[in-house]
Amino acid sequence: MSLIATLARMEAVRDGRARPLTTVRHRHLAERPLVFVPLTTAGEAGAPLGALVGTERERPRLLAVPQPRDRDLRSAFLAELAEEMLPYIEGFAEDVTAEERKETDPETGKKVTVEVELCAGAPQLLVPSAAGVAYVRLLGRSMRFRRTAEQDPETPHPAPPRVPLLGRWLTHFGERARVPGSSLLLPVTQLLARHWATGQSTLEDQHLGALLAWTDPPAGLTGAEAALRAELARDAAGQLLHPPAGPATDPAFDNKLLAPATARFDAGLPGAEQEIRELLESQLRPTWEAVWRGVDLLRALPEGERVGERWKRDRWSYTAHRDRVRAGEPPQPRRDDAVTAARKLAARETAQAQLDAQEALDDPLVMAGRRLAGEAFAGEVTDVVMEYTEAKVPRPRPLVTLRTDDSPFLADGVKVHRALPGGKSQSAEFAGHVPGDPGALTVRLTGGMGRGKVPEPGSVPEKGDRVCWTLFEHAPRGGPELPDPDRTPWTHGGPPGEPAAELPDPVTSEDLL
Amino acid sequence: MRGHSFEARAKADGGTELVRLLHERLRDGTPAPGPGSVDVPDLTASGPEGRTARTALALREATAAGRWALLDHPLLALPVSGTPAFLEPDAVVVHPDGSWTVVEIKSFPVIDGAADPGKVGAAARQAAVYVLALEELAARTAGGDAGGGVGSGDDGDSGHGRDGGDSGGGARVRHEILLVCPKDFANVPVAELVDVRKPRATTRRQLARLARVEDIAAALPAGTTFDLRLADDGRTATRPAEELAAAVEAVDAAYAPECLAACELAFHCRARARAEGAVAALGRGLRGELGGLTTVESVLAAALDGTAGGAVGGGPASPGASADAAPDPTVVALRRAAALRSEALALAPFPAPAPAPALAGTEAACR
Ligand code: SF4
Repeated sequence: MSLIATLARMEAVRDGRARPLTTVRHRHLAERPLVFVPLTTAGEAGAPLGALVGTERERPRLLAVPQPRDRDLRSAFLAELAEEMLPYIEGFAEDVTAEERKETDPETGKKVTVEVELCAGAPQLLVPSAAGVAYVRLLGRSMRFRRTAEQDPETPHPAPPRVPLLGRWLTHFGERARVPGSSLLLPVTQLLARHWATGQSTLEDQHLGALLAWTDPPAGLTGAEAALRAELARDAAGQLLHPPAGPATDPAFDNKLLAPATARFDAGLPGAEQEIRELLESQLRPTWEAVWRGVDLLRALPEGERVGERWKRDRWSYTAHRDRVRAGEPPQPRRDDAVTAARKLAARETAQAQLDAQEALDDPLVMAGRRLAGEAFAGEVTDVVMEYTEAKVPRPRPLVTLRTDDSPFLADGVKVHRALPGGKSQSAEFAGHVPGDPGALTVRLTGGMGRGKVPEPGSVPEKGDRVCWTLFEHAPRGGPELPDPDRTPWTHGGPPGEPAAELPDPVTSEDLL
Repeated sequence: MRGHSFEARAKADGGTELVRLLHERLRDGTPAPGPGSVDVPDLTASGPEGRTARTALALREATAAGRWALLDHPLLALPVSGTPAFLEPDAVVVHPDGSWTVVEIKSFPVIDGAADPGKVGAAARQAAVYVLALEELAARTAGGDAGGGVGSGDDGDSGHGRDGGDSGGGARVRHEILLVCPKDFANVPVAELVDVRKPRATTRRQLARLARVEDIAAALPAGTTFDLRLADDGRTATRPAEELAAAVEAVDAAYAPECLAACELAFHCRARARAEGAVAALGRGLRGELGGLTTVESVLAAALDGTAGGAVGGGPASPGASADAAPDPTVVALRRAAALRSEALALAPFPAPAPAPALAGTEAACR
């Protein structure tokens, strides 16, 4: 945690409510996200118990598995989930825009510009917490290798028709969620914690109820009081007033309410299924409301300028997976080959660097953290001296002196960058401190002034301007290219060869999912 | 629920399945255990002392026997702060060469060969404590009547030795434990060896550093007791809650948020830490970051006092405007952080959701 974030937490303790960590919203929030609140069965790591799912706050769809050990009931749950989710996910596939992209022509080996489709929108899946993201991945993994009766008439327990397809999509969402700054699948706890500092620890922030209690305390209570109530308060029957956000349930609920109802269901008593549905809804509904409350709070923040750029990458990602499904490619393998794994890691590192840069450029409060860390500096321009290169066609290399309170880590010749209006950036080199004037330093502009002999108007700061330079690049790119999979070095297992068809998971009598 | 049924399942058929899983993981070229080749000694005895003694005896006999043996829920004793703590691993396997392996059975799944690293780490930390307790036991029972086969052909990939040097001359405790989990989405056990040398070293260091219980007790007011004064039914506490709370208050606690997942007193200690305004209640790491400032109030006072003073002086390098003669680097950094924070908040394109009265004043002073 940076010292600024630490201070924000202390302010929250003092004020009894969360304090801002950002001045804008740094993640895309869809107009119509799909909210998914799952519950699993205690002791059966992963067996679904129920869920609320939907895009309409007032009308979530309740899915319930009255007896999680029953394979057919679990299958029915997954079928209903596919019925609810797939139309939403596929609903963005048709509306496309044309984009130009450079590709290597497979025959000539030359870079050519091709026109490709990019979906105008993309689905966004919101879950309550990080455990919900993990569960989406687990569901995806469990469903994508299943076979339907149509694919394989011999399969012992055929999957409902659209279940394997949903598995592939959920796997895609789960993988994408590992890319920093992506917004296809997001946990609301992480969204809230990115934008506000509470007066509790990051561990406690993983409890959606407590986190919301700090972010938006009810009238008359401090964040700490409201959070304590969210964590511990129980009704007369011993049930939590704020059930956990799942997917795990509260043991008191399992033992006192659910287990007897399940026993009645097993005994075939009439009304038992309805009773289980009502019980599940009582556990799910508060979390459902909490997720939407979180969405409200986040919507009140203006969106950061570069958020749309990152969302566009999510749209690319969605479009690419749409194309793989359409081309009839097999589901994602159980394990990535060495090159794919390395590529994913490199992509995540690049995405992290880009996210760090973009958040700072979009938000003075994030930039403040970088300034405190010596990675950026801001101040007022006190002097500008025009100089030129000595080339045949002289180029402008003006010297800009500014005074700053920051203490950047600068050595001679270090490159610095400044955002220009319109999304471009300007580069410069550190040229030295001003002797006898602490806090004053000079940089030499090296770019961003156009192609002419005279800098384009407005491209050189003027005396009195406030400017902010960063030591980090604004659009960092990835590392070196990786080899094609068929040229994987032996140190990494050699070429993976033809991908073996992934077999479905064996069916046993005691499966969980 | 199935957590238990999974453990029962993994220990089915007299432990042969479990020992077979272990043998398979060792890949040491020794013949696989056949049916009837695994002894399962009876460990029942009355009281914890009786059970630990029974476990120790069974271990010694099994080690001498030169056969596979599975000890199901043995009871071990480990001195913690000078007082024995009783520990019950899921199982301990004795190898024909006389070495011992701790078995930990967990209900979280291993999917496509990978499990949740947090859960694996927790299991390793837990098993490391059992390894320590077994090493104690091995050192104590080192009578030389066992361990004839030490070092025979089994140091393939498990690469153990007499690490620690404290396993005595008899039995040897392997530093790789066997973690058994359900595979993928089925209830079928899959096992993996986990090296616990690191958590073992950490735990050993922590145990050595712990103050002795007698020393802690000596510092408490005379007569302090946590006795619940159970009624005759052995379950109902009759001691007034306030009295008990007062006794608990008398003992120093070093609360950190990690306690919440581990200790039943956590909400009590958290309330106390918060009431004191302890910064550690916000995260263990903060203590280091904030140097000598241990309360929220002192941090804010140091930080905000500086914003006003620093702005007058014109920069972070001159917090001399305040009364401090030689500014503490933590305080300088805090003041700079507070100044940068309020400057940025003042630039926010919208009014901050919850303007704090105390900060509002300093924002104006800053810029
Ligand atoms: S919560 Fe438990 S472990 Fe933490 S300080 Fe209190 S008594 Fe100690």
